[in-house]
Amino acid sequence: MTEMLGYARSDGRKGIRNVVAVAYLVECAHFVAREVVAEFRGQPVHLIGFPGCYPNDYAQAMMERLCTHPNVGAVLLVSLGCESFNRSRLEAVIAATGRPVETLVIQKAGGSRETIRKGAAFVARALEEIATLPRVPMQVSDLTVATICGGSDGTSGISGNPAAGLAFDALVKQGATCIFEETGELIGCEHIMAERAATPELAEELKACVAKAARYYETLGYGSFAAGNATGGLSTIEEKSLGAYVKSGASPISGIIKPGDLPPTGGLYLMDVVPDGEVRFGFPNIADNAEIVEMIASGAHLTLFITGRGSVVGSAISPVIKICANPETYRALAGDMDVNAGAVIEGEKSLSEVAEEILARIMATAAGEETRSEGLGHQEFILTYKSFTPAGPACLPKSA
Amino acid sequence: MSAFLKLSPQDNVQVALRAAPAGTPLSGAGSVVTLTDVSMAHKVTDQPIPAGALVVKYGLPIGVATQDIPAGAHVHVHNIRSRYTATHYRAEEAGLSHD
Repeated sequence: MTEMLGYARSDGRKGIRNVVAVAYLVECAHFVAREVVAEFRGQPVHLIGFPGCYPNDYAQAMMERLCTHPNVGAVLLVSLGCESFNRSRLEAVIAATGRPVETLVIQKAGGSRETIRKGAAFVARALEEIATLPRVPMQVSDLTVATICGGSDGTSGISGNPAAGLAFDALVKQGATCIFEETGELIGCEHIMAERAATPELAEELKACVAKAARYYETLGYGSFAAGNATGGLSTIEEKSLGAYVKSGASPISGIIKPGDLPPTGGLYLMDVVPDGEVRFGFPNIADNAEIVEMIASGAHLTLFITGRGSVVGSAISPVIKICANPETYRALAGDMDVNAGAVIEGEKSLSEVAEEILARIMATAAGEETRSEGLGHQEFILTYKSFTPAGPACLPKSA
Repeated sequence: MSAFLKLSPQDNVQVALRAAPAGTPLSGAGSVVTLTDVSMAHKVTDQPIPAGALVVKYGLPIGVATQDIPAGAHVHVHNIRSRYTATHYRAEEAGLSHD
C-alpha cells in the first residue's frame, strides 16, 4: 500500500492536499476571484466564497474553518470593499496559523484588472512557498472522512449506501473520525438510530435533532426529496431516509456536531445541518455541495458520495470519491465514478467486496491519487445563510 | 438470480433488481407475479396491502397505503403516502405511465 504522507499544519492536523484557496467575500467579488483562479487551471488553486452582503456569524465561522482546513496551504481573500464580511478578522485567523495570506480589496487595489493581476502574483508566490512544506507520515486515525448521498434512487439503499456503511465501520475501528449528515434524510430512522447512541442523553439529542428537521421541512412544505428520487423508485421521505441511514454503518454514534465543529475524538458523528430557531433564510441546504462544504468545515479530508441517479460533482478543498449504486447509471457515467457498487445489484460482487474497494480508494486518494472529479477539475462550492446555537453538552464525548 | 429482492422478512414489498415486464414472478412469493411492467429499483407488493396499512421495507415502515393494493402491484407515489412530509414528484417522470 502507498504510504500516506500528510502536510503538517500548525494546529497538529495533517492535510492530504495542499491547496491555495481563493475566497471572495461577497458575490460582487466573485468574478474577479474566479479570474484569478482561471489562470491556474490544472494546479491546486480552488475558488470558495460567500455571496451575501449582510453579516452572518455562521458564514464567518465557516469561512474561518475552511480557510484553515488541513488541505489548505495558503489563502487569497478577495473583497469588494463595502460588504459586511469581517475580512480583517478572517485574515487574522488565517495568519495566526502561519499560512501565507493576502487580502485584496477591489475598491482600493485599482479595480478588476489590477486585482486580478495582484491576486495571480500572490497565488504564484504562494504555490512556490507551500511546495516545500514538510510531509509527515499519516495514519488512518488522522483522517476525517465524510459521507453523503445525492441523486438517490431505489438502488442507493441496497448497494452503495450499505457498502459505504461497511467501509465506515472499518474506518471507525481504526480510529478515524467519520461524519454522516442530513438530519432531514433521517426522518423515520430516529428510533433505530438512537439505539446506537454512546449515552442515553445523546440518544435523546439524536431524536430531537431529527424532530427539528421534520418540523423545519414541514414549514417549508417540501421534504428533502427531489423529483428524481421518485423517478428512481423512492416513494416517501421515510423510504429515502432508511436507504440513506445505512451509509452510517453499524458503529456506535459518538456525538452530534454542527457545521464547523471539529469532533473532539475519533468515532462516528452525526452532523446536524438544520438551522436552530425559527425558519429563516430558506432551505437548510439548497443542494448536495452545501452539505459537503459543511463537513469539510468540520475537518473532512475527503467525502464519500453515493449516487444512484448519477451526480457528477466534486468539491473545492477536499476530494470527493463517487460511489455509483446503480449499474445502469455506472455504465452511462463511468468517467465520473470511482467505484461501481452497482455490481452488487447485478450479483457480481458482495457488499463487503465493494466496501474493500471503497477503502482502497480512500487510501489511494489520501496518498495523493486524483479522484475522477478531481481529474475532471470539479470544484463545486456553495455557502449560504444559516444560524445555529452551539451543540449541547450531551452531544459530544469528553475530549480524549 | 430472481429479478426481485426482499430486503427483510417483515417486508410487504420487494425491490426490482432489473427492469421486470408484467408477469415476472416475485421472490419466494408463490404464484404472485408483477401486474405491470416495473422499472429497476421500484417496488412491488408480494401480498395484498389494505388501505391504511403500513408499507414495510428494510423491516421498517416507509409509509401508508392510500388505497387497497393487490399482490403484484407497483407500489409508489400513486398508492402510498409519507407519514411525515408529502412527496414531491413529476407525474410524467415517476414511472407510473403503465398504472
